Amino acid sequence: MYTQGLDQKGKVVQSSDASESADQLDAFQKRVDAEDKIEAKDWMPAAYRRTLLRQISQHAHSEIIGMQPEGNWLTRAPTLKRKAILLAKVQDEAGHGLYLYSAAETLGVSRDQMVADLLSGKAKYSSIFNYPTLTWADIGAIGWLVDGAAIMNQIPLCRCSYGPYARAMVRICKEESFHQRQGFDIMFELSRGNDEQKAMAQDALNRWWWPSLMMFGPNDSDSKHSAQSMAWKIKRFSNDELRQKFVDVTVPQAEFLGLRVPDDDLSINDKTGHYEFGDIDWQEFYDVLAGNGPCNRQRIEKRGQAQVDGAWVRDAARAYADKHATAAAA
Amino acid sequence: MNEKEWPLYEVFIRSRSGLSHRHAGSVHAADDQMALDHARDTYTRRMEGVSLWVVRSDLIVASDPADTSAFFAPAEDKIYRHPTFYKIPDGVENL
Repeated sequence: MYTQGLDQKGKVVQSSDASESADQLDAFQKRVDAEDKIEAKDWMPAAYRRTLLRQISQHAHSEIIGMQPEGNWLTRAPTLKRKAILLAKVQDEAGHGLYLYSAAETLGVSRDQMVADLLSGKAKYSSIFNYPTLTWADIGAIGWLVDGAAIMNQIPLCRCSYGPYARAMVRICKEESFHQRQGFDIMFELSRGNDEQKAMAQDALNRWWWPSLMMFGPNDSDSKHSAQSMAWKIKRFSNDELRQKFVDVTVPQAEFLGLRVPDDDLSINDKTGHYEFGDIDWQEFYDVLAGNGPCNRQRIEKRGQAQVDGAWVRDAARAYADKHATAAAA
Repeated sequence: MNEKEWPLYEVFIRSRSGLSHRHAGSVHAADDQMALDHARDTYTRRMEGVSLWVVRSDLIVASDPADTSAFFAPAEDKIYRHPTFYKIPDGVENL
């Protein structure tokens, strides 16, 4: 399960709707400040609803699209054990997507509408899934790095002010740690293998490292929605704080694997105890986000085709349900 | 996507016998049996339950959050319902 800094879109949240009084907004902020959870039918500012809807639906889409790069290796997993594990993981991603769509639906938008927005390009998903999985080691790198970065983002979301989202995240986080460990396990085995296997693991790290750092979203100075999301307690930590935390825990893991993090500027600062790392190529991030990553078109085409291919199943299920409902009524 | 969306069901799980069912989330399904199957696949992949309930969301009758204070007001001023309301004289035990 995955979420990047989903607040990176250039659209600024519209100011509060005219009908909202200062008293209402004030009372709402007091509830949030008191760590009271907001539930589906409670009054909330229109902008809070829009922000959550954008974030949760993008998060759900990311889970669903995220099945594709991993699904790519289901038929080619090296052993039956690896195949069974990967199958369980991809099934979890589907489950995470469903928990999140349910949470988003509580805000008043239908599931069909959200899927339509994904397919039309109106709604976004995490840009990390627009990169291809070229070798088996990529499955390891995704679990270890991408799911690792996702966990950093998601643990604070378990305390999000919106109850349905927070509860979905609790469930997701419980399952996520399996994903990260299975990824590390693949990397560990490759890193202890022959030269070719080690090179494969290094190559995967080289390609996934920087996109994983981008998952946390733009630097704090460029992050448009952050301040409001923090005030509403949707977000608890800034993009840069979470990115730093990820680098600090992951670099020693790479060292344990005997792999080199592809960053010439990486060094530990003995005074702060934190790693300092090189500049992120934000142009690449914005290019991928704008639809020009290696796999953007392929991902949406495949998702759209699945929707078309499944239409007869949905029709048949509905016809069967209608027939039995009529028979029961007669 | 002009086909009609499958109805929404709320899912309740009993995690083990002795505990009550607890709300877990929701699923879409064409009929009751499919709702149970989807709930099992979505919410109990790791043995989270020994019993599942699904109920059409539109059949649930709920109190209105906007009326919360008025609706629950009758309980507010009856502090004598709580044992802490009563003063027990010194020397009385097992009460």
